[in-house]
Amino acid sequence: MMTKNSIRKLLLGGAACLAAIPLFYACATSKRADLSTGDAASKVYVAPGSYDTYYAFLSGGYNGQIGVYGLPSGRLLKFVSVFSQNPETGWGYTEESKPMLQTTYGSIPWDDTHHPELSQTDGVPDGRWLFINGNNTPRVARVDLTTFETTEILQIPNSAGGHASPFTTPNTRYIVSATRFSVPVPNTDVPINSYKKNFKGTLSFITADQPGKMDIAFQILLPGFNYDLGHAGKGPSDGWFFFTSYNSEQANEKLELNASQNDKDFIAAVNYHAAEQCLAQGKARTVPAEYLHNVMDEKSHQARSERKSSVQMLDPTSCPGLVYYMPTPKSPHGVDIDPSGEYIVAGGKLATVIPVHSFSRMQKAIADKQFDGTVDGITVLKYSATIAGEVQKPGLGPLHTEFDGKGNAYTSMFISSEIVKWKLGTWEVLDRMPVFYSVGHLMIPGGDSKKPWGQYALSLNKITKDRFLPTGPELAQSAQLIDISGDKMKMLLDFPTIGEPHYAQALPADLIRSRQVKYYKLAENTNAGVVKAESEGGITRSGRRVDIKMAAIRSHFAPDNLEGVQVGDTVYFHVTNIEQDWDIVHGFAVLGAENSELIMAPGATRTLKWMPKTPGVYPFYCTDFCSALHQEMQGYVRVSPAGSKVPLMANISPKAKAQIARLRDGRLEQRPPARQGMSGMPRMTGLTRGER
Amino acid sequence: MTMLSRLLVGTAALLLLSLFLLPLWQVRLVAPQYPEGLGMHIHINTVVGATETDLDNINNLNHYIGMQRIEANAIPELAVMPWIVAVLVATGVAVAAVGRRKAFFAWLGAFTLLGVAGLADFWRWEYDYGHRLDLEHAIIKIPGMSYQPPLIGSRQLLNFTATSWPDTGGIAAGLAFALALAALVLILRAPRSGANPARRADAAPPGVIPHAASHRG
Repeated sequence: MMTKNSIRKLLLGGAACLAAIPLFYACATSKRADLSTGDAASKVYVAPGSYDTYYAFLSGGYNGQIGVYGLPSGRLLKFVSVFSQNPETGWGYTEESKPMLQTTYGSIPWDDTHHPELSQTDGVPDGRWLFINGNNTPRVARVDLTTFETTEILQIPNSAGGHASPFTTPNTRYIVSATRFSVPVPNTDVPINSYKKNFKGTLSFITADQPGKMDIAFQILLPGFNYDLGHAGKGPSDGWFFFTSYNSEQANEKLELNASQNDKDFIAAVNYHAAEQCLAQGKARTVPAEYLHNVMDEKSHQARSERKSSVQMLDPTSCPGLVYYMPTPKSPHGVDIDPSGEYIVAGGKLATVIPVHSFSRMQKAIADKQFDGTVDGITVLKYSATIAGEVQKPGLGPLHTEFDGKGNAYTSMFISSEIVKWKLGTWEVLDRMPVFYSVGHLMIPGGDSKKPWGQYALSLNKITKDRFLPTGPELAQSAQLIDISGDKMKMLLDFPTIGEPHYAQALPADLIRSRQVKYYKLAENTNAGVVKAESEGGITRSGRRVDIKMAAIRSHFAPDNLEGVQVGDTVYFHVTNIEQDWDIVHGFAVLGAENSELIMAPGATRTLKWMPKTPGVYPFYCTDFCSALHQEMQGYVRVSPAGSKVPLMANISPKAKAQIARLRDGRLEQRPPARQGMSGMPRMTGLTRGER
Repeated sequence: MTMLSRLLVGTAALLLLSLFLLPLWQVRLVAPQYPEGLGMHIHINTVVGATETDLDNINNLNHYIGMQRIEANAIPELAVMPWIVAVLVATGVAVAAVGRRKAFFAWLGAFTLLGVAGLADFWRWEYDYGHRLDLEHAIIKIPGMSYQPPLIGSRQLLNFTATSWPDTGGIAAGLAFALALAALVLILRAPRSGANPARRADAAPPGVIPHAASHRG
C-alpha cells in the first residue's frame, strides 16, 4: 500500500536524519581528537637509556609542589616539595624541614603554587635556581637546581594572594610578588564594604640574587585593585616591571560580574630604578610588618626561621615617576614582554583583541605628557599613546603569550581552547592549534626570556575530560606538546600532569645536568643528630626527651635494638644515611608514628619526632628498597611504662663494635662495659649519656 | 472521503499522540570543551536536558552572557501546547470517523496554522532568549553579539556551535502532517476522476449514502 510505503520512506528518512546528527558530531570530534602528524611519535620518543633534551618545571598548583618533567617525552622525573608537607619524603614532617613551613600564621602545611621562574643572567635562564610562589599564604621559595631541594622560603607581608609572583628581573636582582587580593594595609578589622576606602594593593620587590638572603627590598602601595601577573622589562625596557590589574572597579563582592564592568583596567608600569632612588633618598616609610624568612642550611640540612618586623614602603605619590597606569582592555590577565623588550602583550580575559603596548611609545607618552587623568595620584597614560597594535580576531579568552625568538608570539585562548600564533609588528594571525581543553598558560622553553629556545610549546590545559583513560570524577591535568619549529604548529604529544600546573619553565637539560649533586658529603654534614660511623649511634635521655642517633647503611640500622624509652617520652630518631653512593637511599618508618616516614639521601640526616602512647615493642624498618637484604633492614624500640626501671640501651652491630675497637681516642674506655643484650647480641650502653 | 484518506487522517491524528512522549525539537551545543556536546529536548509540555545535568549546565554557562535561565515552568506555551495537541488529535480522529471533506479541510487548516504558529513561536522564543540579555549582569559583553540558535541548522555562538533539529516527536508530527497532505491529495484527486462520492451521495436518494455507510464502522 502507498501509505505503508510512504510511512516507511518517511521513517527511514527520519532515521537517516537522526543518524546524521551523531555522525556529524562523531566526525567533528574525531577530527579534533587527533591532530598529531605522522612522525609525531619519533619526535617525542626518547629511547631507553637516552635523555630528554629539556628539563621542564611545572607548578603543582594546589598540590603545593613542583613537577619536574622531561621534554619532549613528557616523562615525570620528580616532585620537588616546596610549600606542602609531603609524607613521601618527610618534607614538612622532619625536624629539619619543619621550620621551612613556618609563617606568622603558624605552620602552614600547604599552599598553592602557580608560577615557577628560573633565575636569569642577562635575561636568559641560567639554571641556578627555580623560584616559585605560594598563592594562598603569600610566600616565595627558592629551589636549588643542583639538588632539586627547596632551600629558602620568604613570607610576604601586607599581601594576600601572592599571584603575580615570583617573576624575575633579567639578572635575578629582584623577584616580585603582588597582591591578587587587596587587603587593609596593615591588615585590620574593618567592614568589608569599606573596600574602596581601606583596601590596598602592594607590589613587593624581593632581592633574590644571594642564596639564603632573600629579603623584601621595598613594597609599593597601590590602589586596591587585584594585581594579577607581572613580567620584567628587558633590553630597552630593563629597569621596568609590568603588572596587570583587574577589578579597577574596586568591587568587594560578586567580582565575576562587578569586576567585569570597566571597559579597560590597567597595566601598572613600575620603574624600579626610580624606586631604588627614592629608597636611597629616604622617601620610603618604614612600616611594621611581621614575616618569616626560612632558610635550609646547606651543611646541616637544618632549616631555621628568622622573624622580620618591618618593610620599606614606597608611596607612588611621594616618588614621582615610579608607577604609570596603562589602560588595557577587559580585565587583563597575562602581561608578557617580547624578547626584544619593546612589546608588552596583554591578555584581556574577556577582550576580543590582543592589545600590544610599545615600550618606546610608552616612554614617549610619558615625555609628551599624553595623560588620561590620574587614579589615586597615579598617572594614567592614554591608551592610544601606548598601544602599538591589536591582534584582531585572535580567538576567545586570550590569557598568556610566549615567544619563539623568531618574531612570533603564541597566545593561549581559554574559551576557544586553542593556541594562536601571530606575528609581532604586523599583528596578523599566522596559525591556530586546537588544544584539549581550555588552555591556561602555555610555555616555550625560555619563551619569556631574551633568548627563547623556540622548538616546543607546552599547552597547560585546565580541563582534561576524555583525553586519558577516565579515573573517576577527579582526573589528572592535561599537557600537550606542540612542535613550533616550522611555519605551522604540529601537535606531538598528550601527557598527564599532577596537581594543577599553572605556569611552567623549561631550559636545555645541559644547563643543569652536569651540575647535579649525587650525594651529600658525609664529612660536611653538620646536623646536630648526625652519625658519621655506625659506632656513633646511640640513645640518650634528657628529662622526657629521648634522642636516638642511628646510622643507616646497607642493610641495617645501627643501633637496631633500643630500650629504655617510656610512655610520655618524646623521642627523636636522628637517622643518617652514611652511604656515599649515588641513589642508595634509605627510608625509616616506625610503627604508630603520627607524622610520616623519613627518606635519607646518601650523606643526609633526617629527624623524626615520635611519641609512643602505650608500652610495647615497636618495629622500625627501611622503606626504600635499598639492597638485596632490604627486608632485613629493620629493628625494634622497646617502650616501657612511665617511670620504668628499664635502662637506656642501644645495641651495636659487630661492625660497629669493630669500629669502636679501632678507635684510638680512648672514648670506648670511658664507657661502662658492654653487657649481653636480650637477643644475645652484644650491646653497648656506653653510647648512652642520658639519665635513667 | 475514501477509506484510505480517512485511514490516513486517523493515523496522522494518532501519530500526534506521540508528542505526549517524544520531544518535539532538540538543540545541541558543541564547544571545544564540550566535544560530547550539551543537549536540550523541547517537549510540548516541558524542556529537558539531554542528560539529567545538561539543562542546568547550559543555564550555568549562559549566565556569562546574561541569558535568561531556560526553565520549563517559565514558558507559558508549554502549558497550552498539550491541550492544542490533544484537540488536534481528538478532532483528527473525529474527522476520520465522520469522513466529511469540509471537516477535514478545517482540521488540516488548523493543523497547518498551528504548526506554522508553533514554529514561529519557537523562533520568537529563541530570538527572545538570544537577544533579550541581561546586560547589566552579563559578564561577557560583545557589542552587536546575539546568541539566538537557529530554527534548523547550525550557528556559531562564541565557542559553541549550536545546532537545532526536529526531534523524534517533531519528526512524528512532520510525518503526521505528511499523511494529512497525502489524504488531501487523495481527496482532491477524487472529484477529477468523476467519482466524487459526496456528489454521488447528493444524487442518491436520501438516507442512502452507499460509500460512507459501507465504511462506517
